[in-house]
Amino acid sequence: MKQMWLTAKLDIVESLRARWFAIYTGVFGGLVALLFLFGLTESRVLGFIGLSRLLVTYIQLTMAILPIFVLITTVRSVAGDREAGVFEYLLSLPVSLSAWYWGKLIGRYLMIFLPVFLAMTAAVIIAVLRAIEVPWGMFAYYTALIAALSACFLGIAMLISAIARSTDVAQGAAFMTWLVLLLFLDLILLGVMIQGRIAAETAIAIALANPLQVFRTAALSLFDPQLIVLGPAAYLILDTFGTRPYQMFALFYPTLLGVGCASLGYWLFKRGDLP
Amino acid sequence: MIRCQNLVKTFRRARVLDGVDLTIEGGERVALIGSNGAGKTTLIRCLLGEYAHEGQITIDGLSPRQARAEVLGRIGFVPQLPPPLKMPVGQLIEFAAAISNAEAETITHLARRLGLDVDALAARPFNRLSGGMKQKLLIAIALGREARLLIMDEPAANLDPAARRIFFDLLAERLQTATMLISSHRLDEVAPLVNRVIELDMGKIVLDDKVADDVSLSGRMRCHLVVRRAEPALAKALAAWHFSADDTGTRWQGEVAGADRLRFLGTISRYVAIIKALDWREEGEA
Repeated sequence: MKQMWLTAKLDIVESLRARWFAIYTGVFGGLVALLFLFGLTESRVLGFIGLSRLLVTYIQLTMAILPIFVLITTVRSVAGDREAGVFEYLLSLPVSLSAWYWGKLIGRYLMIFLPVFLAMTAAVIIAVLRAIEVPWGMFAYYTALIAALSACFLGIAMLISAIARSTDVAQGAAFMTWLVLLLFLDLILLGVMIQGRIAAETAIAIALANPLQVFRTAALSLFDPQLIVLGPAAYLILDTFGTRPYQMFALFYPTLLGVGCASLGYWLFKRGDLP
Repeated sequence: MIRCQNLVKTFRRARVLDGVDLTIEGGERVALIGSNGAGKTTLIRCLLGEYAHEGQITIDGLSPRQARAEVLGRIGFVPQLPPPLKMPVGQLIEFAAAISNAEAETITHLARRLGLDVDALAARPFNRLSGGMKQKLLIAIALGREARLLIMDEPAANLDPAARRIFFDLLAERLQTATMLISSHRLDEVAPLVNRVIELDMGKIVLDDKVADDVSLSGRMRCHLVVRRAEPALAKALAAWHFSADDTGTRWQGEVAGADRLRFLGTISRYVAIIKALDWREEGEA
């Protein structure tokens, strides 16, 4: 356990000094600042107003930015470290592979989750100071959703890093993964259904399996029960499962998917060549 | 101490280690030599449990792959190329000490002996150090642990003569307690440090020989050199060895680490045409 925390700490220290982390933190901190600057809390769109309007915009932007950011920076960092000889040296120290792998994952998880969470928390603090009503339930659920989103894409990124032997291949695979998930979002899926005449059940299954779609549906389900801004697959999903069970599914499924991918990555990592 | 039986490592279709059988007993100092691509680094990585392989490797009867933490706890490793770590020097020392159950103070003390001002560099990122500084710190981390096996890949390549001399002293202090495996692509770089030479070529052992180890690692050579005329290039080279000259710049004297004598001769061989006299003897000799 001590080794795992030491490895996590090492990854945190390395991340704090990395350029990607500065950009990542700047992007999310900047987003909150911009949303306040443009007076988003005073505007009303589709019934969203006040901080809920800001949070729903923030979560939408997070869902667009975080997955690709996590995928690319993680595979670049892990595969890059392997190519540059960091693994050769650090894995010559007496650390078990499980402590190394899971420690690295925990460290990275904190560095991914905390800036996004802290930026959202900063928005809440500003709202409290400005006497704007805070939708606490929404804040709590979005926090859990970001935690699940981070776990999901970090797990996928660790799996890609374990499979790919070079930074170029790892980056390419990460980008393709993101692109495939993006292509199977609700509205695009609808087009595919019309064009290809695939069964509705198949489209729903694809939508349920796609973590990007799961997050998108869950994030808007809190506010848009009619789902005007969502597509038909999301509407059917919520109609079938109900809003509350689906919101729970949106937390557990991506987390399990991330943990599953990370576990498969660990299995591949420990049985192959390390550097 | 180390046993390799029919060790085979293949990358795709390339057989980099081709049935290596090797036994290294405790206390041996082995030079692992061979040209680029001979399989030295691959063998070292197999010994460190970093590569999956065919055949068997045991260190003190344990597999470095299966009993990683236990085996690596007994190994001090110095890589040829320092890793591009961004963490500050102080944190790297703390991390290495904590993960190896060693004392950070011991590592710091060794780094200071090698001429590294750890206090001044504590906050500087490791990747911002010069090549020599990085090498000194990695040596201090490897030697600052209770390692029974030292695996070093061109460990002194980036060190200046003064640091090399201290490095040899540090190795001499570990002669009774540690087995050493020192990799280099040039035998003359490591010959004075070892008592056995293993040469790899195309993944096979092509030479396994004992060598005379009369050279004391902690010994010193007192050297006097007379040249026909003052030569700036030679003066610069000798200054790097901390030699001093008389007013004419033609008479030089200084001290060379016993294990560095071949390297020193290599340095002055470039100026052999202007050397009039060379006298050197081991300290303590009449």
